[in-house]
Amino acid sequence: MAHIRKAEGVIDWLDQRLAVKKLAKVMMTEYWIPKDINFLWAMGVVLVVLLKILIISGIFLLMYYKPDVNLAFDSVNYTIMQEVEYGWLWRHLHGVAASCIFLIIYIHMFTGIYYGSYKQGREMIWLTGMALFGIFSAEAFSGYMLPWGQMSYWAAQVITNLFGGIPFIGSDLVVWIRGDFAVADATLTRFFMLHVLLLPLAIITLVAVHFYALRIPHVNNQEAEELDFEAEAKKFQEGKKRESKVVPFWPVFLSKDFFVVGVFMVLFFYLVFYHYDFAMDPINFEPANSMKTPAHIYPEWYFLWSYEVLRGFFFPVGPIAAMDIGLAAFGFANVIFMIFPFLDRDPKVAPAHRRPRFKIWFWLLLIDMIILTIFGKLPPLGINTYIGFVAAISFILLFVALPFITKKDALGGTK
Amino acid sequence: MAVKKSRRDFLGMAFGGFAAVGGVLTLGAMKQTWDPLPSVQAAGFVTVDLSPLQEGELRTITWRGKPIFLLKKTAEMKKNENRDVVVGNADYSVIIGLCTHLGCIPSWIPSTMQFKCACHGGEFDASGINTFGPPPRPMDIPPFKIDGMTLVLGEEGSEYKKLVAKA
Ligand code: FES
Repeated sequence: MAHIRKAEGVIDWLDQRLAVKKLAKVMMTEYWIPKDINFLWAMGVVLVVLLKILIISGIFLLMYYKPDVNLAFDSVNYTIMQEVEYGWLWRHLHGVAASCIFLIIYIHMFTGIYYGSYKQGREMIWLTGMALFGIFSAEAFSGYMLPWGQMSYWAAQVITNLFGGIPFIGSDLVVWIRGDFAVADATLTRFFMLHVLLLPLAIITLVAVHFYALRIPHVNNQEAEELDFEAEAKKFQEGKKRESKVVPFWPVFLSKDFFVVGVFMVLFFYLVFYHYDFAMDPINFEPANSMKTPAHIYPEWYFLWSYEVLRGFFFPVGPIAAMDIGLAAFGFANVIFMIFPFLDRDPKVAPAHRRPRFKIWFWLLLIDMIILTIFGKLPPLGINTYIGFVAAISFILLFVALPFITKKDALGGTK
Repeated sequence: MAVKKSRRDFLGMAFGGFAAVGGVLTLGAMKQTWDPLPSVQAAGFVTVDLSPLQEGELRTITWRGKPIFLLKKTAEMKKNENRDVVVGNADYSVIIGLCTHLGCIPSWIPSTMQFKCACHGGEFDASGINTFGPPPRPMDIPPFKIDGMTLVLGEEGSEYKKLVAKA
């Protein structure tokens, strides 16, 4: 057992028992971050802030929300929105933060793709990140169900029906997931459990693993330069701060991040106070009605690209029904990002602007996903269906081409 | 030493075996906890009187949380031996009103005698057969039993079994 002496102060008292000084060094003051990065590297901290906002606002919503088909709609739209002091604030914070967190996740993800921060030892960061994306999607979907409006109900109906496409067990699985033949009380209550307990637990755990996965291979930098972190850290500690290529996480890196977070928060609160309606679909202010489908069902903006891949295939090919092709394409879209590090056949880490073919590929993918997002929102009529189809097939072809393109880049050498 | 080691192996295996059995049983319990409740499964026999139905007019009722379309066919509508429910001397379409694509409720368009699904543009004819768009198959027929002029939904009568056999 450690020898305990009379403490010189609170910190020392804690240090003797919890080694807080060592901990602070490992986690903060001697965690080295490259200098050569830009504001895109601050997205991780922005995400942490948004997650905190979601948890805090969620706690207050949870005090009045009732997960029962007869009470849910009023508990949100009457009790929380009209009776509870500042109830509207928590709801709008929660809704807007949920929408924004996906925007930042996408930026975070595409930053990783652009700078090649998913390979040569950084695979686990990518994999845990994509797992987080998956769970966040489930979290968003289950949360969307809770106000029990028309969109809540019909989105739940459509999404749970997707599982019916799984061969053999499909239709039984759908009933099992719902706990009823249709989306009903049992469904609402179990998705409520997922939303407030199981999925948040999984998210918090995975976030910890995600951070830890960053520790060993270290943060990447703008030019993908391989740094000798120990040597650079030594320079910094010896006072050669200008010469050193790294800075400590705290206070140097975070102070820059706080600036980015500050700018982002201005925009965020502007949305919360003046434009919260973009995260609140008007159709969802009508109570759920299992006997009336809204004229046009669409998911929230962050799912539109994969939704468009799903419905882009509107005609059958030979004996395969249109729906099965769509489902297969949808499945493809949802797993393909997960295996990204293994599709990239170029072993060298380099930013996209130094990889001639990959650079074009990157921008094409981004444009294609924006097109898919736009057309996912439009009704599937006339020319829209064809544009949707072309965009959906392009998405798949881009990923099929990825291994070949990166291989060619590797052979051709990077600039 | 050898004796000791094998005894330890045995303990390890016995412990592991018990833990594995316990784990599997627990998973089974969890799966069943998620199953639909018996009350949910049992709530599912609805009786409808077909006599007040007008030709060509759609009536929608609820059965097991799903909409059921009841349509007395007019002379212009195509007969469909494999799907029509014959009660008295009239033909009826009795179908589960959920689009077989992703489960939206199609609406009845009397002028064209079609069901149209607003979600992704699927179309069905008066017998519930998919004619256009993503729906992969005709709308389903719920299990029913004919009793004079009334229909019992949820029970598999001989007429229902005949239709299923034909399909
Ligand atoms: S749900 Fe009817 S066409 Fe998709």
